[in-house]
Amino acid sequence: MNADQNNVIIKVENLQKHFNGGDLKALNGVNAEIHKGEVVVVIGPSGSGKSTFLRCLNLLEIPTGGTVTFEGVDITDKKVNINIHRQKMGMVFQQFNLFPHMTVLKNMTVAPTTLLKRSKEEAEKKAFELLKRVNLFDRATAYPHQLSGGQQQRIAIVRALCMDPEVMLFDEPTSALDPEMVGEVLDVMKSLAREGMTMVVVTHEMGFAREVADRVIFMDEGVIVEEGTPDEIFNHPQQQRTKDFLNKVL
Amino acid sequence: MFNAIAEWFSGVKAEFVLNFITKNRWKMMLTGVENTLLITFVAGMMGIAIGVVVAIIRSTWDKNQEVMRPGVGKFLYRIVNGIAKVYLTVIRGTPLVLQLLIMYFIIFASSRNDMMIAILAFGINSGAYVAEIFRSGIMSISKGQFEAGRSLGFNYVQTMIYIITPQMIKNVLPTLLNEFIALLKETSVAGYVTVMDLTYAASRIRASTYSPFMPLVGSAAIYLALVMFFTWLVGLLERRLRKSER
Ligand SMILES: Nc1ncnc2c1ncn2[C@@H]1O[C@H](COP(=O)(O)OP(=O)(O)OP(=O)(O)O)[C@@H](O)[C@H]1O
Ligand SMILES: [Mg+2]
Repeated sequence: MNADQNNVIIKVENLQKHFNGGDLKALNGVNAEIHKGEVVVVIGPSGSGKSTFLRCLNLLEIPTGGTVTFEGVDITDKKVNINIHRQKMGMVFQQFNLFPHMTVLKNMTVAPTTLLKRSKEEAEKKAFELLKRVNLFDRATAYPHQLSGGQQQRIAIVRALCMDPEVMLFDEPTSALDPEMVGEVLDVMKSLAREGMTMVVVTHEMGFAREVADRVIFMDEGVIVEEGTPDEIFNHPQQQRTKDFLNKVL
Repeated sequence: MFNAIAEWFSGVKAEFVLNFITKNRWKMMLTGVENTLLITFVAGMMGIAIGVVVAIIRSTWDKNQEVMRPGVGKFLYRIVNGIAKVYLTVIRGTPLVLQLLIMYFIIFASSRNDMMIAILAFGINSGAYVAEIFRSGIMSISKGQFEAGRSLGFNYVQTMIYIITPQMIKNVLPTLLNEFIALLKETSVAGYVTVMDLTYAASRIRASTYSPFMPLVGSAAIYLALVMFFTWLVGLLERRLRKSER
């Protein structure tokens, strides 16, 4: 949306990720910019490198080449303390990954109290506010296994929000859900987007991409093939590979 | 008929008196029980300490060797991991009695602190089994748990402390306690190095009374009672863990 350089929050330059000693080029020179307040949706066929791209943004996957600049700092620099920067990049996984040995409330407060040195009261107050927002106020003392998949994923989202992140990264947040629970998770993400959260979302939910994305990135074989507004990508794709992909999924 | 039964009873009573009461032989049995429990507890603790360290070394290497940058650190780690592997292979691949004898007659040939040597041998032996229990406990926790921790900003050690270890302890506690029960029985070879454990006490009584039934069956009954008691404790704990969650 806003191409103003000052608004760039993540800048990715010539990003490479090779597996198996270079045999497998999961990412092969990706360049991208994420702007503050922008919702970027990443689409593409299976194995195209979407997850790898997303996971390189917070260095969960260590790039084998190129740089990721977050808030002006090159976080691929080995001298950088990545843990500090990760605190400001929330991540939501396909498999939820809630901590099974902690209650919902503890899941949400363990990081803020330990890492941001917030008091227990302060952290819990924030947690309850967020729980109210996702209609799970009454599940604070439940353990993850007592919740449905949709509820778990909503908790995973607010757990990340408890750290007051600048960016939220989503890797197929609804792919592991029963169809009837997809809506409740997408609704939470939509409301986040409306509030101006910067989001990078890998998803197969084309409806969500059309409705919420400011920009859609189409990836294939480790590169960005095409990017643009939802209208440009879905209604007027330029590249043949994009057309083929959309024909298959739409 | 009645006479026969009465005779049998008085025979049993005489046996009992001879083996346990005369010359205060029950005190020997008591010492045996005490020593058996002492060896089991101390060696068990030692086993846990060794096991945790070895498990961390082994699983950290297995999980991170590919992503570790080459250099002196990685080289040293490779050596430490190699030592851990040799330890596991040798200890689990040789009989416990021989480990005990080697400790006693070769490694600590000049020391006469029998008890300490026995505890050391059992602890080192137990450590190898405990290490594998812990390692499978660490490996059974999904990569996603680790990534969720790291993505929130926890560093490696914090992720281990707050997220991985508590789950691991829960997973391994029942198996660990069963290993402890197995250890209790395995200490019965302590007599090989003249430590007065329960089995050796029974055996000494048998040798001086020439009457095997009471001391042998008696000590077996005591082992059984101890094992049943600890098994009951483990069951209690398992039910408690299952109730709280997962
Ligand atoms: N840890 C890994 N080791 C080896 N190869 C990997 C690893 N992670 C990903 N790959 C490979 O990298 C390529 C890109 O994978 P990636 O998971 O990024 O694809 P994706 O676009 O997210 O696919 P999907 O839609 O199936 O999730 C694939 O060929 C995959 O097999
Ligand atoms: Mg993926």
